This record gives sequence, C-alpha cells and structure tokens, in this order.
Amino acid sequence: MSLSKARPALLLVLFLVAALFPLVFSNPAITTVAVFTLIYAASGVAWNIFSGYTGYIALGHAAFFGTGCYVIALMCEHWNTPAGYEPFLFVPVAGLVAAVLAIPVGAIALRTRRHTFVVITIAIFFIFQLMAFNLSGITNGSSGMSLPLLLWSGDFFNIPFYYASFILLLLALGAAWWIRNSKYGLTLLAIRDDEDRARGLGVKTAMMKLSAFVLSAFFVGMAGAIWAYFMQNFFPQFAFDPLFDVSVALMCFMGGLGTLSGPIIGALIVIPAQQYLEIQIGDSPLYLVLYGVLFLAVILLLPQGIVPSLSRWWATRKSRHLEAAAESSEGTPGAQQTVVAESR
Amino acid sequence: MGLYAQAVVAGILSGSVYALMASGLTLVFGVMDIINVAQGALVVLGAYLSYVLQQTFNLDLFLGLIITIPVMFVLGVVLEVLFIRPLKRDRTQLSILVTYAIAIIIEGILGQVFTNNNVTLTAWYTTKSLHLFNFYLPYIYVFAFLLSCVLLAALYVMLYRTQFGHSIRATMQNRVAAQLIGIDVERVAALTFGVGVALTAAGGMAFGSINAFNSGSSYDLISRLLVIIILGGMGSIGGALVASIFMLVIEDVIAVSPAGPTWSSTVFFALLVLVLLFRPQGLFGKLATRAQ
Repeated sequence: MSLSKARPALLLVLFLVAALFPLVFSNPAITTVAVFTLIYAASGVAWNIFSGYTGYIALGHAAFFGTGCYVIALMCEHWNTPAGYEPFLFVPVAGLVAAVLAIPVGAIALRTRRHTFVVITIAIFFIFQLMAFNLSGITNGSSGMSLPLLLWSGDFFNIPFYYASFILLLLALGAAWWIRNSKYGLTLLAIRDDEDRARGLGVKTAMMKLSAFVLSAFFVGMAGAIWAYFMQNFFPQFAFDPLFDVSVALMCFMGGLGTLSGPIIGALIVIPAQQYLEIQIGDSPLYLVLYGVLFLAVILLLPQGIVPSLSRWWATRKSRHLEAAAESSEGTPGAQQTVVAESR
Repeated sequence: MGLYAQAVVAGILSGSVYALMASGLTLVFGVMDIINVAQGALVVLGAYLSYVLQQTFNLDLFLGLIITIPVMFVLGVVLEVLFIRPLKRDRTQLSILVTYAIAIIIEGILGQVFTNNNVTLTAWYTTKSLHLFNFYLPYIYVFAFLLSCVLLAALYVMLYRTQFGHSIRATMQNRVAAQLIGIDVERVAALTFGVGVALTAAGGMAFGSINAFNSGSSYDLISRLLVIIILGGMGSIGGALVASIFMLVIEDVIAVSPAGPTWSSTVFFALLVLVLLFRPQGLFGKLATRAQ
C-alpha cells in the first residue's frame, strides 16, 4: 500500500490517539507535559506559517505570546471573571489583540530583510518586555499577574487545558494546511525562493508577508493566553521569554522548516525533553547548556530537519524500488526520473 | 544643566566601550555575512575572565587584557572553525541560530560556575573620580575610553594598513572576486571572527568595571549591540562608532531627565524603530539587494 493511500487512515488514527490521550494516561504529571507540548506545537505551527513559508526568520514572536498572557489576565481582572470555563472565551480575544499589535510591528519590521529583519524582531520583542516591566500601572510591573484561581482537582485540572490547546493546534494546523494548498501559500513560497522575482511577477509581496505575520501572531497570542491561564500566574520575564523563540525555532528546524508536520514532530521531541531536563536538574543553568548543545547538534547534523530528510530517504527508496522493477520488466527509464523530480 | 552636560560626557565615554563591542560584531557581519548573536555572551565571558584573573592572580584589569585578548581570539577562531564553517546551506539564517545556541551554552556554563549573583570588577580607578571642569567622572570611564580609542585605532591600522586588512576588505566587498585573486577566504573569515571575539575581551573588561553583571547580562547587551549595528548600517564600522555614541548619549540624557532610567532603555529601542521607518538600511548602510 502506498503512503498516499494510507494517509487519511493514518491521520485519523493520530487524531484519535491525541484526542483520547488524557483519558488513557490520566496521570497529571504526564498530562502536564502533554499540555505544554500542545501549546508549543500550536505556536510552532503558527510560527511556521510565517517563518517557514516566507523564509523570514522571526525571533520575536514571544512578544505576541506575552501579549496573549497579559490580555487574558487583564480581561479577567477587569471583569472579575469567575474561575472556570469562562476565561477560555477570552482566548480568541487575546489572539485578536496580538494580531492587531502585529500589524504595525510587521509593517515596520518587514521593511527590512534577512539579518536586519531577524534583529529587528528581537529588538521589538525587547520593547514589549520592557513595556511589561515599565507600564506598571497596567501590567503590575515586575510582580507579574495572576488569573482567576481554579479549584479543580489535580486529576481533572489538566483536561480542559489539554482540549483547549488541542483545538488551538487543530485550528492552526488547519490554517497552515489551507495556506499550503492555496495560491496564497504559493505566493508565500515564491517570496521565500526569490522575493524580487516574485514581486516582478506581480505578487503583492508586502501585503502577503504582513498578512502571514499577523496570522501567525494571532495563533501565538491565543497559545499565550492558554498558557497564562494554565500557569495561573506569571512574571513578565516568563510571559515575554526569549527562550520561547529559541524553542519554537528549534522545534521547527528540527522537524523541518516549512513542512506541515515538522513543528509538531519537533514539539513532540523538544518539549518533553525540556520538561524532563527541568525536572531532573531543576533550575540549574546546566539545563541551558544541554539545551544549547541539542540545538547545535540539530542544526549541524540535521540542517534540513527530520521530515524533509525522511521524505528524501523514502523517495530514494521508492525510486530504487521502481528502478529495480523497471530493470526486471525493461520498462522506460523515464519512470525513475519523474519520481526523483517529484521528491524535490 | 550641569547634570545634562555630565550625562552627555558619560554617554560619549561609555559609548566608546559599546563601539568596541559593536565594531567586532559589524566586522564579522561584513566579512562573513553572519550575525554573531553570541557577542553579548562573549562580552560577559570576557568580563568573567578578567574577574578570575583579578581574583586568583591579583592581576590588574588592564594588564589582564594581555592574557584575555589572545584567549578570546583563539576561542573565536575555534568557534568559527567548529560551528560556523560547517554551515553550507542557508548560512545566513542558520548562523543566527547556531550563535544563539552558543550564547545559551556560554550563559549556562557561566551560571553554573559563577552562580547568578551580581559581580563587579573593582580597582582603585573604579571607585575614584576625576574632577574636571565641574564634572565628576569615575576614572574607569576615562580609562575605558582611552582603551577603546587605542584598540579602535589598532583595528583601523589593521584594516587599512596591513596585507591582512586588505584581504578582509576585499572579502567584504566581494567574496567571489577575493577568492579569484587568491585570498584564502575561509582563513580570513576565521581570523576575522577571532578578531571580533577578541574585542569582546576588552569590551567585557570595560563593561564589567562600569556595570554590575551576572551570567544573564548578555540578553540586555546583545539587544543593544544589535540595535547599534543596525542603526549604524550593517557592516559599517564607522556607522557602529557613531551609532553607539549617539545611542548611549541619548540613553544617559533620558536617564537624568524626568522620564528616569526605567524609560531610557525603551527609548533606545524606540529610536531604532523610528530610524528604520525612514531609513530601513540604517544610517550608513547599503540597501539589502537581491543576492545572485
């Protein structure tokens, strides 16, 4: 059976496994890791919509993650929202606010290219972090913020967050899938491959880049809101965490930049490993060393990521298979060439 | 008014230290087309090296540079050969991630060895002040300024008066053409990276005696350095000099103004955004064009 025929069945199985996971493995220690993994996977998929497709590496999406955290916390505080399911209704609003903020940010940052763009996203991230510290009248400064205190039992606590972040991941994945298969996605890929030529061919590059940037900020903002409610309280340096961008970029590079499943596979490897390390060696700085070494190893040994490497391996295997079949039946040698062309 | 004048002078003097660190960063960018995000962490490492030499051998901070500068130079060459050179594809983007990873590793090691407590480099010149025309300036500011001037002059001589400098500038202008006339571009890249990192030894010493620092100080530093090199125009050493002094003067003036020090670093970043609205290529940079 070929891979493309098995794909719908395989996806259904994966969906069911993910949907039933917290009911089977109900141990809170495990579901906590699962919730973090889902939140990061959703952020990774969203980041990939912009950075993976357009090739502009943004290292400042933590700004939108943090914005999501603060929006949900402020809304709950101002409207005295009771703890429970209601705060989840604010999650899309948090995403919208992040998206609206992303419009001027993107408009400024996307005037530049390549390194300058990367650096400007980092600088803008630091502006957001400083604002969170400095506007203490709104953000409560360095003492951070708290959300409505949930009194759910330990066994149940993670379940709503698991499904909230699972739905977010599915939405982000749906958006990424739709974009990848639409003309819009093709224009984004054209920008990645050769922006000037794309513009010469009539692609409105500025608008395309900006819309992808805003869309990814929307999902990252929602991820931040869920994270904040899950954590129950947060400090500005953790809502606006420079390591967030490193993690997300690492996940996507490890899985495969610009692929649909890459960020999820990356998240499934990186986040449980990160959580495990954190539990094992605590807040010791050695954790940073191991994290950096992992990062270096991925980039130097697997620069293309797991998904592209695997699919190339699969394609060469298939072409060799076809070659053997062609030789035995003395078929046309053209068959092999088309397979190789497809795999590119 | 005197307060503002003093802030301007202090800004110029500490700006020269940032110029030292930023010129290493922008030089590496110009030659290799990569951004060394680890520069901030390397500055902190340089500061800790000076600290260790002072604590264990009781060596004067400025004399210690005779040891730390070569050590950091070698470290830079090793980092380039081990981690930057193997990147063949998508060098531009991957190098940012690689150097980010190096920065995290350095931060982790420093945190493990020296804990997160703040450290300051102290000597007689960090505590005493020079009284000059109504200004009180700590001696370290003056000495750090002189050190920066000497090193930047040395950098200038190296770039414009030596064979190696010609190779560097040729590589900056056109890598392929430089290769064609027989310049070993890989070797130039490794040595340039070494020079860029060696400058952090001096920058780190000066930074560490002006500010208290810990293993996490690199984030603040690298974000400032990145702002400076963008503002000056990537790859322009003169631009980095002007931008660092400009930024530090403004920051110091805002710090003594009614807005206060909490807002001075915000202004730092806001200025960058403002400048980029009108000149996306920075003050002295060239517009990024299509790479053929």
